[in-house]
Amino acid sequence: MDFTFTDEQRLMQSSFRELAEDLCSSAEIRAAFEGRSERAALRWSRVAHMGLTAMLAPAQFGGLGLDAVDFALIAQEAGRAAFPEPLSEHAGVAVPLLAQLSCVPAAAALLARAGGAECMIGVMHDANPFTLWPAGATHLLVCRAEEVHLARAADVRAAPQPSVDALRRLASIDADLGAHTLIARGAEARGASERALERGALFAAAESVGLAERMIQLAVDYAAARTQFGAPIGSYQAIKHALASAQVRLEFARPVLYSAASRGGETSVRGRALVSHAKIAATDAADLAGRTAMQVHGAMGYSWEVDLHFYMKRAWALAGAWGDRNFHARRLQSLVLDGAIALGPDHTFDSP
Amino acid sequence: MAIDLHYTDEQRAFRAEVRAWMEANVPSTPLETLEGAKGFAQHREWERTLARGDFGMVTWPRRYGGRGADLIDWLIFEEEYYRAGAPLRVNQNGIFLLGPTLMEFGSEAQKARYLPRMASGEEIWAQAWSEPQAGSDLAALRASAARDGDHYVLRGHKIWSSRATFADWCFGIFRTDPASTRHKGLTFILAPLRAPGVRVRGIRQIHGEPGFAEIFFDEARVPVENRLGEEGQGWQIAMATAGFERGLMLRSPARFQSTAQKLIELYRRRARHCEASTGAAVAQAWMDAEAYALRTYMTASRIAAGAAIGVEASVNKIFWSELDLAMHRTAQSILGAHAELLGGGAAGRAAAALDARDSGHWLEGFMFSLAGPIYAGTNEIQRNIIAERLLGLPRG
Repeated sequence: MDFTFTDEQRLMQSSFRELAEDLCSSAEIRAAFEGRSERAALRWSRVAHMGLTAMLAPAQFGGLGLDAVDFALIAQEAGRAAFPEPLSEHAGVAVPLLAQLSCVPAAAALLARAGGAECMIGVMHDANPFTLWPAGATHLLVCRAEEVHLARAADVRAAPQPSVDALRRLASIDADLGAHTLIARGAEARGASERALERGALFAAAESVGLAERMIQLAVDYAAARTQFGAPIGSYQAIKHALASAQVRLEFARPVLYSAASRGGETSVRGRALVSHAKIAATDAADLAGRTAMQVHGAMGYSWEVDLHFYMKRAWALAGAWGDRNFHARRLQSLVLDGAIALGPDHTFDSP
Repeated sequence: MAIDLHYTDEQRAFRAEVRAWMEANVPSTPLETLEGAKGFAQHREWERTLARGDFGMVTWPRRYGGRGADLIDWLIFEEEYYRAGAPLRVNQNGIFLLGPTLMEFGSEAQKARYLPRMASGEEIWAQAWSEPQAGSDLAALRASAARDGDHYVLRGHKIWSSRATFADWCFGIFRTDPASTRHKGLTFILAPLRAPGVRVRGIRQIHGEPGFAEIFFDEARVPVENRLGEEGQGWQIAMATAGFERGLMLRSPARFQSTAQKLIELYRRRARHCEASTGAAVAQAWMDAEAYALRTYMTASRIAAGAAIGVEASVNKIFWSELDLAMHRTAQSILGAHAELLGGGAAGRAAAALDARDSGHWLEGFMFSLAGPIYAGTNEIQRNIIAERLLGLPRG
């Protein structure tokens, strides 16, 4: 029983944090939001060079052979930076799915290239009404209940669906699917699609934790600098207590996230309950952090004068992605209240 | 090491040992409330039973009546303790708060004198922190300890001392430097409650029992060796004790996981009477109790790896106190018109419709849960601590 991170995990997380801060500065985020970013390709190549885009691929496919806990820490930092490109979908969902289906030649071939800077895989899943499909996407994985397809960008027609978070390039997708794109069907496809959902939700939770951290930090910085009635507003208890409450919610989302990640997004009863719990706890924490941060910022928070709204919008979007709150709350209620989950303190870790 | 959330074979064996012992020894009928004289005596006897089973305080070294278990074993012990429905720990102020404080600040002689009798239930402890004009602002305290040869002479008025009505000893901070103000000039002292110059007056709590008390010190003499740490070090030691109280020791997760489990079982029996949002509240209770457990295992792992816990204790205290209140409020709402019953009434239709354990039990827990956001430092004070020490906001 050990619930601590390794030095390597911490180091990788802090290295990526520094990189993401550099690649996603306020000016960059603003530029990307207005569709005039010239650094999108640079960002993707930098994370690819760090090995992050294929970090969950086995070593024989050129990956780092790392696990979901390692990637959860990276996704958390991606959230914290409002990283514009779909790192979680590519590295956290698509790559493990290809690894799971690596006995299929097309899947194995793409898996071996997944760490390259020129490769960006989008994921279309029944759980999401729309698909993240940025300009640089090269491949599309389509996860359906009975079939998994792998298509090239050239075979994909995307109708843009503008998101409140302009960094999320959403689209309704129509792809030419058929025998030539099919990589799994039946039970195998079902299993792959189910795991894709668990991983997508897990890493959306991780990003939400990072966003909550960022928004609380923005509010703390603002409250220390902004003076009213002759003192920094952060010295008043009304502000302190609101931010402390947001921090408490955040602190209790983290262990759930890491515990869910340690099960790797498995589809067991406990694994699914943990993923839903993590998604709810993390997105609730981000929601409270966002609302609190906006109130602390006052009118500033309602404007483009400060950056808060970029992170809030990402948090709103992630709350609905990979199973919205209704989906996860209903799933969890049914597991917990209807008897699937073993109850009691001795079952937290020792249960299937 | 990396995250590995599996118990070792030794930990599983320890769980099995505790479970077997609890099944054989936990009283089959619940004890009376420990806030009254009769129940207090029953709970004191239970502490002796625990000690005979070598379970008085498993994390303490052998020489002090423990068995040298680590924090993960402690959490396992607590899980089995609550699973078995064992009685509340009447000596919690001693074993959970003063005990760890003695380990850190006590002399070898003090540890040998006090810890074994604490672990065995022979001496039950109360705390003597608050005073009538020093509650959240504890540093405003006035009770004094004047040095007189090899004794201190205690004068003053302490209040809200849990279990002092029936306990044997108390620990608290007293002003040893009459010229001092605020956090300076305070000293941590252990004092017998049944001694000349000490008068204890029980205060009836919301449930009607004298669960806490005020203590009047009128020239009570205690020997100098009852001082913990140095003169003037009292505030620092008291804050360490408060950290134990808010943090890991006082409220282990199993307590809340157990309550969440009972709440789910109650909900299942009454689901058809409940509106939809009740199910959501029950599921939230399960999630929060699990989250508290997961976080506690995380903290225990960090401590095992050499970290010290600080402001996390305040984060925990807010979470468990609000969770406990939310769970009991949900239970009361599920019980509806049965919620007001104290229990012990005539058997009849009510008893048939609801399990006997529902009646009164949840009400008692609900009333106690109302105290959670107040004791061990109000949640408002905890939020100040989080804002200033964790978030770095400016002091007001």
